[in-house]
Amino acid sequence: MSHPAPAALPDAWRVEVFRSQDRPDPDGEQTLAAALELGLELGLEPIEGLRLGRGYLLPPELSQAAVETIARELLADPVVDTPRITAPGGHPEVPAGVHRVLVAPQPGVMDPVATAVGRALVRDGHLAEYSTGTVATFRAWELTGAVDRAGLETLGRRLLANETIDTLRFDSEDLPYVQPGGSGHRGSVEVPLRALDDDALLALSREGQLSLDLAEMQTVRDHYAALGREPSALELETIAQTWSEHCKHKTLCGLIDFEGERIDNLLRSTIGAATRTIDAPWCLSVFEDNAGIVEFEGDQAVCIKVETHNHPSAIDPFGGAGTGIGGVIRDVLGAGLGAEPIANIDAFFVGPLDLPADEVPKGTMHPRRILRGVVDGVRQYGNCMGIPTVTGGLWHHKGYTANPLVYAGTVGLMPSSMAHKQVAAGDAIVAVGGRTGRDGIHGATFSSIELSEHSETESSHAVQIGDPITEKGVLDTLLRARDAGLYRGITDCGAGGFSSAVGEMGEHCGADVELDRVPLKYPGLSSHEVWISEAQERMVLSVPPEKLEACLAVFAAEDVEAVVIGHFTDTGKLVVRDGDEVVGELDMQFLHKGNPRTVRQAAWVAPDVADPGVPTSTDPQAELLALLAHPNLCSREWIVRQYDHEVQGRSAIKPMVGPAGDGPGDAAVIQPLAESTRGLALAVGANPLQGRLDPWAMAAAGIDEALRNVVSVGADPERAVLLDNFSWGNCNEPDRLGSLVLAARACHDVALAFRAPFVSGKDSLNNEYRVGDRTLSIPPTLLITAMAPVPDLRRAVTMDLKRAGNRLYLVGETAADLGGSHWFDVLGLDGGRVPRPDLERAPAQMRALHGAIAAGRVRACHDLSEGGLAVAAAEMAFAGRCGARVALGSVPLAADLPGAADGDAVALFSESCTRFLVEVEPDHAAGFEQALAGFPCASVGEVTDDGRLELLGRDGATLVDLDVEQLRQAHTGGFRG
Amino acid sequence: MTSQPTALVLRTAGTNCDRETVQALEMAGARTELLHLNALSAEPRRLAAAQILVIPGGFSYGDYVAAGRILGHELRHRLGEEIATFVEGGGFVLGICNGFQVLVELGLIEGPRAEPSQRRMALTANSSNRFESRWVHLRNERSACEWLERGTVWPVPVAHGEGRVALRSAGDLEALTDAGQVALRYVTADGGEAGYPDCPNGSAGQIAGLCDPSGRVLGLMPHPERNITPFHHPFWTRLPERDEGEGLALFRGLVSAAS
Repeated sequence: MSHPAPAALPDAWRVEVFRSQDRPDPDGEQTLAAALELGLELGLEPIEGLRLGRGYLLPPELSQAAVETIARELLADPVVDTPRITAPGGHPEVPAGVHRVLVAPQPGVMDPVATAVGRALVRDGHLAEYSTGTVATFRAWELTGAVDRAGLETLGRRLLANETIDTLRFDSEDLPYVQPGGSGHRGSVEVPLRALDDDALLALSREGQLSLDLAEMQTVRDHYAALGREPSALELETIAQTWSEHCKHKTLCGLIDFEGERIDNLLRSTIGAATRTIDAPWCLSVFEDNAGIVEFEGDQAVCIKVETHNHPSAIDPFGGAGTGIGGVIRDVLGAGLGAEPIANIDAFFVGPLDLPADEVPKGTMHPRRILRGVVDGVRQYGNCMGIPTVTGGLWHHKGYTANPLVYAGTVGLMPSSMAHKQVAAGDAIVAVGGRTGRDGIHGATFSSIELSEHSETESSHAVQIGDPITEKGVLDTLLRARDAGLYRGITDCGAGGFSSAVGEMGEHCGADVELDRVPLKYPGLSSHEVWISEAQERMVLSVPPEKLEACLAVFAAEDVEAVVIGHFTDTGKLVVRDGDEVVGELDMQFLHKGNPRTVRQAAWVAPDVADPGVPTSTDPQAELLALLAHPNLCSREWIVRQYDHEVQGRSAIKPMVGPAGDGPGDAAVIQPLAESTRGLALAVGANPLQGRLDPWAMAAAGIDEALRNVVSVGADPERAVLLDNFSWGNCNEPDRLGSLVLAARACHDVALAFRAPFVSGKDSLNNEYRVGDRTLSIPPTLLITAMAPVPDLRRAVTMDLKRAGNRLYLVGETAADLGGSHWFDVLGLDGGRVPRPDLERAPAQMRALHGAIAAGRVRACHDLSEGGLAVAAAEMAFAGRCGARVALGSVPLAADLPGAADGDAVALFSESCTRFLVEVEPDHAAGFEQALAGFPCASVGEVTDDGRLELLGRDGATLVDLDVEQLRQAHTGGFRG
Repeated sequence: MTSQPTALVLRTAGTNCDRETVQALEMAGARTELLHLNALSAEPRRLAAAQILVIPGGFSYGDYVAAGRILGHELRHRLGEEIATFVEGGGFVLGICNGFQVLVELGLIEGPRAEPSQRRMALTANSSNRFESRWVHLRNERSACEWLERGTVWPVPVAHGEGRVALRSAGDLEALTDAGQVALRYVTADGGEAGYPDCPNGSAGQIAGLCDPSGRVLGLMPHPERNITPFHHPFWTRLPERDEGEGLALFRGLVSAAS
């Protein structure tokens, strides 16, 4: 091994902290196991040992004694660690026979650990001051075994580092130790636009990553032609951010031609129209703010928002998911005058976990790595923020391999009186929280274009690394400032950075911004980079001048940076200055209303797939076990247990239920107010297998599922609210847009039927992946979130069976709805009729069931969804460590069952909507039946004490007779991270 | 003394469990004061006026470098003398989860003037190398912490990634046990020896909580403040109606001892 020239070694003290030789090194062991998992395919079997050293680079001016003290007191644990200290410019004393892989964040990538260490060194007097780059961190992996260079590189790239954000070194000790920066130009840069023809306009949009189409570029050009000047780079960027699909929802709010009809604003005419028609008086703020706000109890309201963070998570799963959660938390912090986040939600859609390595498309990661990364990201950010992650979901499909979907949601609690915000001319614009750097440039526009094999290099600047602890400081202080009434308006700094936040807040008045006042992580940013950076953990406030001093003091008391960066005006203009120079001046009217409305073509053609009818279930036991182990159904306990779902002490029904905590609960329930037993239930629904066959039915079934889930735990469906999150392919393609139109129409129809208003939503379009000249779309995916109050927590129920001798009722009608079912997926069948809720009956039936639960007549309730009755009965049985016997002959079947159909198969595995399996004590049976009178509801069996699940066919024959422990093992035996 | 004691609950960036910890202390009868570290540093006499100091759970400073490391370091430098005086003067200290990690980093489990680098114990990564959020059972052991009702086995949740007690040398487990410092152990529901996941982190001797030799300083990884209402228990829907959770007893014992 040749050592690099000393000149390449960093001029910094190097401290590497390893676990002592006689101590376990869990990071090393875990990574070694993951390497061996990859080993067979990639030649990593020779690795024998792997240990992690946590590395720190400290300023060379520190004395050796000081570095030793820092290592002993701050960086290493005296009981379990051994530090290795190397002088500046020196070569570390690496044990013989050891290979080293060093991983360091690229300069400019956020390094919260380095910042925390730097601040501690200042506090202790080791350093006079800290600025980004003074302290750096890295990871030193030490391997033993006969691994060649190719093996090292495979290990580094596949497991140890993400080269989008990390620098990798193989047996080489040079590390970056520099102040990030660059020589970005401060001041105005003119962009000649007026003379450009269409081709040149499109080239400018593409090369500048503006993501504006030709009509939009022409509009901008004509606007400046009329003004008689050229735009500045900052103005052009501001327009691109504000007009991005991400910020403007141009597709859903634009003009669409569909089946001879011109749809003007799909969102408003479907989802918005349903909410307006329902006009629930308890909806305080819907579709107008960062989150939907509804009354909860007394003078308290709850708000909710669910976001997508798909493209960043494809490139950096850990950072993308973490900043996804961080961003949606800020949405809630910025809803109304700000809410206290009390619960998080996450849902992931990823490729098959058993995908062979050679089928992973170029430039993308294996679904396992993506899933581990996004779970890690949510865990780290959510846990650190002290917000319980209480519910969510995980679905798999080959179509998500290159374009995974990551949804993150947050629920907040706030006084109802704080549901609305204002901005007044003369108010100070105060930026609170993290500093601004070159991270997350063009996130809004990046999210609006398709991914490609080059995305990870072209768009690495769109990746942000979150620092939850900075956001926690913001949360703590912001709520104090809110309660003291020290600001009038607030919003989060999300996509588009200050350009969007200030631009939106000042839309109806005007704003004057001074960029030279914005605190930076490091120098060297150009004016427009400061303006559009999507650096994390920042909020913007509108503070009345007379309250400014008191407001700033609240933040200063807890070391949270808050700085005046300008003021709101009454000019109707957005003026951006940098020093003495005006670097941008935009008319608010043009900025917010000037974008052209494109007409898109939409068409729906049902796929040409024959209906396979109702096949016979030839081996119901094997099919049931296969369903319990299906990737979309199997246990998520390995994920749930990594999330702190009980912090804040509000947990009332946990995500996993039953005496052993391994039953998959339908919905989580929290107790928002300690003094009240009113609960709040949260759940999601999605059916990605159905959308390709019937987008209307898929959306309708998703709403039905989300509502079923909250009703199952005791929530009141008459106070339920919904959220829509569409993730679709490229909606410039008529077929993609056609299915979106149908799904949106279903949202309208079903919301209206249930009188459950949509209160918020977010779409992510263009989820496509380009390889060469082929474009692959994700399956059209609608995630529905439902939130509903549980009137009295004491009546909440869980899905685990409680006691032998109790009766089992099936509520709801079963039809041959096998299209997109998981049974078909297990059998390898396509086509068929996708379940649709009966909009006449479903709402009343859910109300009736809720009445029975609220009256205390129900001991356990589980909705029938993926896998149908067979899976629901199996889950209830093993969750409760009880047996169950169900007679399929008693199941209420639809009248239109095809003549030759296998009625047993339909009863076992159909995924018809609005069905529940309910456990009722014999004493309550009459009352329960009375509550459900007039609805399909039948006693189908009982809870037994023999620990077996028995499912009897319509002719009385035993179709399934399995030990519930075997069912549990099938459910829990899959991938565990 | 039977007066109502004051519990000072310390918070800083990343203190997440302050709300429910205050709630538990108040339900147990204490007067509480929730104070930011900066405010306490500015007015350290407020510590002298309290009888109980509580460092709640969370991720102080993001648990960067190691869990509790930076806050422990900061407390030592900003309030080390005041905390030592408080403990020597008869004050009680409770550290929960991240608070326990901070107490260990401070060296306070060894005693009020112990040199942190000489401490015998560390709280380090769980043997699963995972964050573990699950319910376990604890047994109150024969220890210097006499305000815990001895022998009681009770359910409580854990939620931590770095809760494994590692000891400096093989004899330390016996020494700590003999000195009455092993206050809480993970056990099975019926009080038997716990393997994973009943002992969620692989702790030496299944230790869940340690006290100082006086018994007035207690640190534990589990969260008793998350088992105080009738709805906290993971399967309360299977149990007879409850008035409160089992975790409240710990706070009652503490408040009663400090009265």
